[in-house]
Amino acid sequence: MVAYPLEMRVAIVTFPGSNCDTDAVHAFEAVLGASVWTTWHTSDDLSRAGRAPDAVVIPGGFSYGDYLRCGALAARSPVMGAVRAFAAAGGPVIGICNGFQVLTEARLLPGQLVRNAELEFRCQDVHLRVERADLPFTRLARVGQVLRLPIAHAEGRYHADAATLDRLRGDGRVVFRYVDAAGEATQAANVNGSVDAIAGIVNERGNVLGMMPHPERAVEALLGDGREDGRVVLGSILNA
Amino acid sequence: MPDDLRARAATFGLTLEEFDDVVRKVGRQPNALEAAMFGALWSEHCGYKNSKPLLRRLPTAGPQVVQGPGENAGVVDIGEGWAVAFKMESHNHPSAVEPVQGAATGVGGILRDIFAMGARPFATLNALRFGELDQERNRYLLGGVVHGIAMYGNAIGVPTVGGEVEVNPCFAENPLVNVMALGLLRHDELQKGTVGLPGNRLFYVGSKTGRDGLGGAVFASADLSGSSSSDRPAVQVGDPFMEKLLLEACLEAYAAGLVAGVQDMGAAGLTSSVGEMAHRAGLGVDLHVDKVPTREAGMTPLEIMLSESQERMVVSAAPGKEAELLALLAKWELDAVEVATVAGHGRFKVFEHGELKADIPVAALNEPPEYVRGGVEDPRVRAARGRDLSAIPDVADPAAALLTLLASPTVASKRPIYRQFDHQVMTNTVVVPGAADAAVMRVKGTSLGVAATVDCNSRYVYLDPELGAAHAVAEAARNLSCVGALPLAVTDNLNFGNPTNPGVYYQLERAVAGLARACLALDTPVIGGNVSLYNEYAAPEGRRAIHPTPTVGMVGVMQDVDRRATAGFKRRGDAVLLVGRAAGTLGASEYLYRVHGLEAGAPPPIDLVEEAKVQAVVRGLIADGLCDTAHDTSQGGLAVALAEMALAGSAGAAGLRADLGAGAGAAELLFGEAGARVVLALAEDAVAEAMARCEAVGIQGRVIGTVEGETFELTAAGTSLVLGSEALRTAYEGTFAVALGAQGA
Repeated sequence: MVAYPLEMRVAIVTFPGSNCDTDAVHAFEAVLGASVWTTWHTSDDLSRAGRAPDAVVIPGGFSYGDYLRCGALAARSPVMGAVRAFAAAGGPVIGICNGFQVLTEARLLPGQLVRNAELEFRCQDVHLRVERADLPFTRLARVGQVLRLPIAHAEGRYHADAATLDRLRGDGRVVFRYVDAAGEATQAANVNGSVDAIAGIVNERGNVLGMMPHPERAVEALLGDGREDGRVVLGSILNA
Repeated sequence: MPDDLRARAATFGLTLEEFDDVVRKVGRQPNALEAAMFGALWSEHCGYKNSKPLLRRLPTAGPQVVQGPGENAGVVDIGEGWAVAFKMESHNHPSAVEPVQGAATGVGGILRDIFAMGARPFATLNALRFGELDQERNRYLLGGVVHGIAMYGNAIGVPTVGGEVEVNPCFAENPLVNVMALGLLRHDELQKGTVGLPGNRLFYVGSKTGRDGLGGAVFASADLSGSSSSDRPAVQVGDPFMEKLLLEACLEAYAAGLVAGVQDMGAAGLTSSVGEMAHRAGLGVDLHVDKVPTREAGMTPLEIMLSESQERMVVSAAPGKEAELLALLAKWELDAVEVATVAGHGRFKVFEHGELKADIPVAALNEPPEYVRGGVEDPRVRAARGRDLSAIPDVADPAAALLTLLASPTVASKRPIYRQFDHQVMTNTVVVPGAADAAVMRVKGTSLGVAATVDCNSRYVYLDPELGAAHAVAEAARNLSCVGALPLAVTDNLNFGNPTNPGVYYQLERAVAGLARACLALDTPVIGGNVSLYNEYAAPEGRRAIHPTPTVGMVGVMQDVDRRATAGFKRRGDAVLLVGRAAGTLGASEYLYRVHGLEAGAPPPIDLVEEAKVQAVVRGLIADGLCDTAHDTSQGGLAVALAEMALAGSAGAAGLRADLGAGAGAAELLFGEAGARVVLALAEDAVAEAMARCEAVGIQGRVIGTVEGETFELTAAGTSLVLGSEALRTAYEGTFAVALGAQGA
C-alpha cells in the first residue's frame, strides 16, 4: 500500500440522509491514512481547527430522503456555499453517487442524473475506462486503463443536451465511461443507459469530479471480489 | 354501557372469557379505551397467548447469550468486547395487501428493534414465500416486495446481504415476508426497553401519529370518531429518511449518556411500547395523550394509543439530561415531545387534557392469558407422508431433471433480486449474496467475521413438523459452517395458520419441539423471535393453513475473516470431497415436487450428532487454511449443489467430473436430499489431511470428483449426464429474470 502524507486533509460533507459518509471516512482515514473530518450540512465552513481541507468529498446516500429530485435539497444547503467557494479557489471536490447528483443540482457540473434505463436500483460491479489521467482524481491512472468498481443507484443515468455533450467531449471532460472488461463501450456494459456511456465528468477547470460508481467501496481486497481499484481514484486525490 | 361493551368484546380482539378476565383484573368494567388496550396487548402478535407455553420449551441460555428473549432483540457475544443484536420479524399480511409498503415497513420495524438495543444495524436478510410465478399476481407480489425492501434498505443505508425464496401455491394468497436484521455494539453500549425510574420523563420521538395502521395488532371499532374508520389505510407507509434520522439521533443520544431506556413503537404503538417498558421496570406511567404529535386533528385517545404509524420511538431521558436530549433531537430535526412521567403506582394511566381516560394495572396488561390447546395431525398430511414412493420410476433423463431443478424458484439464481439491494454499503460485506451459503461481514478494527443466514424448507415442515423444523436449524448451522463460522444463536419466525385448528396447533407444537431439539444439539439458543399466526388461504374444501414455516435466522462468528470459504470452484485440479453420508432420500424432495408434481414422503432422517461432527470438521478445515470452497447440499441434492459450485466457479474452474457411486437409484444419488453432508473442493495435497480428520471423528469422507474440463459431467448408478456451462447458466439465471421482467440476466 502506498503511504500518503498524513497532512493530507479531507472534509466529508454530510447531509441528513447521507449514508456513504462513514464509508468515505473509513476509506480515506483508516485505509489510506489521510486526516479526515465531516462537515454537517448547516455549516458554511469546511475548515477544521482553522485549517482548510485539501480536498472535499460529497458522499453517496439519500440526502433529505431524495424525496424531491435527487440532490435537489442538498444543493441548496448552507454547506454548498462553502463547497462552491472551495471549488472556485481551485480545490478538488469529488461527488460520488448522490454526491454527483448534488453537484449537478448545484450547477457545479452540467447535465443531470435520471432514472436508470431499467428503472430499477442496481448494485453490482461495473468496468470503467479512464479517459483522462491528468486530473487530481486520476493522476495514478493511465488513459485507457479499465477499473472495476461497484455501483449502487437507481438514478445514475447521465443525461445532458446535445450542446453540453459536445462541449464535454470537445473539452475532454468525460473522465470515466462504462465499458466491458476489455475496455469496449458496449451497450450491455452501459449499465444504466447513460448518454455516451458517461460515468463521470469534471468541470471546465478540472477540479470538480462527479462519478456514479463508488471508489470508496473498493479500497480493500477483503471486500467483495477483492477489487482495490478505488485506490486509483482516492489515492490520486491524496497524492496531489 | 358496560353490558354493550362486553357484547362487543370481539371487536377489541377479546373473547368473552378474556373480557371477564379484564374485568376481574381491573376490578371494574373497563371503558372502550381500556378494553382496546387490553385487546391489543393480549393479541397473539403482542402477547403470544397461543405460542408462549410452547416457546418456553426452546433453549434460550448459553455463555454466548448477552440478552435472551423478552427485549426488543436478542444479543450474542462475538468476542473482543463486541456483540451482535439480531431479530427476525414478519410483515406477511401487510405485504399481501400492499407489497411495496408492506415489505418496506417490515424492514423499518425490525431495524428499529435493533437500534433500540443500542446497536448500529449493519445487515439485513429476508426470507420470502410466494405462490407459483407463472401467475401474474404472484409476480406482482414478488416484484413489489423486492422493491419495498430495496426502497427502505437502500435509502437508510443498511446492506441487504442475503436471503431465501420459496415458491408454492399455498403462499399465493398469503405470501410470507420475514426480515432479519443484525446490529453491532460494544457490550457496554447495550440499551434496554425500560422506563427507568420513577420521575423519569418519557419522550415521544419521530413521525407524527396518524390513523394509519390503526389496530394492526387488533382492530377495535368501539370508539372511532365519525369518518376515521373509512379513511383508515390498511397498511402503514414507510419513511426511511425519517428512520435514518431516528437511528443516528438515538445512537448519538446513547453515546452521550442521555437515555435511560428506549423502545420502538411497533404493533399496538404507544400502548405496547410504553406498557412493556413500564412492565420491565415494574413501574407505572402517567401518559398525556393530548401531547402526542398528531398528523390530523380530532384523533381520539383510542386512535392515538393504538396507531401504528411508522418511525416512532419512546425514549426515557436520563434524569437531568432532558434539555440536552431535546437539543440533540432538534439537531436531527426530529419531533420530540414529553408525553409521560414514570410513576411508582404500577398503573398505566392515560390522560387527555388532564382528564383520566384509562387507568389499568401495568402487570395485568402485560400478562395475557395463555392457551394450551390440543393438537391432532391432519390425516391428509399423515397420508402424504406415508405415501409409497417405490412405485415412482427412476429418473429417465437426468440432464433434463437437473435443468428443471436449477430453474426451480427455490434453487434458481436470485441475482435479479439481490442486484436491486445495496449489499455493500457500510463497506463490511466480505461474502456477497449468491457467493456462498451465508453472508459474511467483517468487524472493522478486528479480524472477526460475522456470518448470517435464514433457512426453512417449508415442505419438510409440512410433511413432518418436528423433523422439518430440526432440519431448518441444522441447515442454518451448516450454512454458517460452510463459510467457516461457528454458529452462535438463533432468531425464529414462526409462520403458521390458525392455532385454534387442531391440525395447525399440532404443527406448531411439533415444530417448536423440533427447533428445541436441534438448537440444544447444536448449541444455538433461541434469543428472540416472532410469531405470525392465521396465515391461510382459500381452498376448495375451505380455509387451509399455509405450509408451516418456522424460519430460522442464525448468526455465527469466525475468528479470522481471511479464513473463509465460498461455494464456487476456484482452481482446476481441485479434488471434490463429500463429507458426510453419501446417499440422500427422495421423500419431500424438490425433485419429487418439480419433476413428479408430488409433495409426499417423509423428509430425510436427521442425525444431529453426525451433523455437529460434519460441521466441526468443515469449520476446522477452513480455519486452518486447508479449504476455501464449501457448499451444503439442500434442495435438489448433490447434483444441484455441484452445479451451483460450477456455476459460481472462477474463470477456468467451471468444469467438473464426478462419480456419485452406486447402490441406490440414480435419482436418489443425484437428487436425493440429506442433512449432515457438505461438498468441499480442495487442493490434492490437502485431501489426505481432510480424510484423516473425518476418520478421526467417525464420519464419512469420500473424493467424488475433480474440478476439470469445460463441461459438467456426473455419473451415478451407471447413468451419466453431460451439460455445458451455458445450458446450466440459462436454466439457473432465467427464472427470476423472467419473473421480475428484468432485461439481460
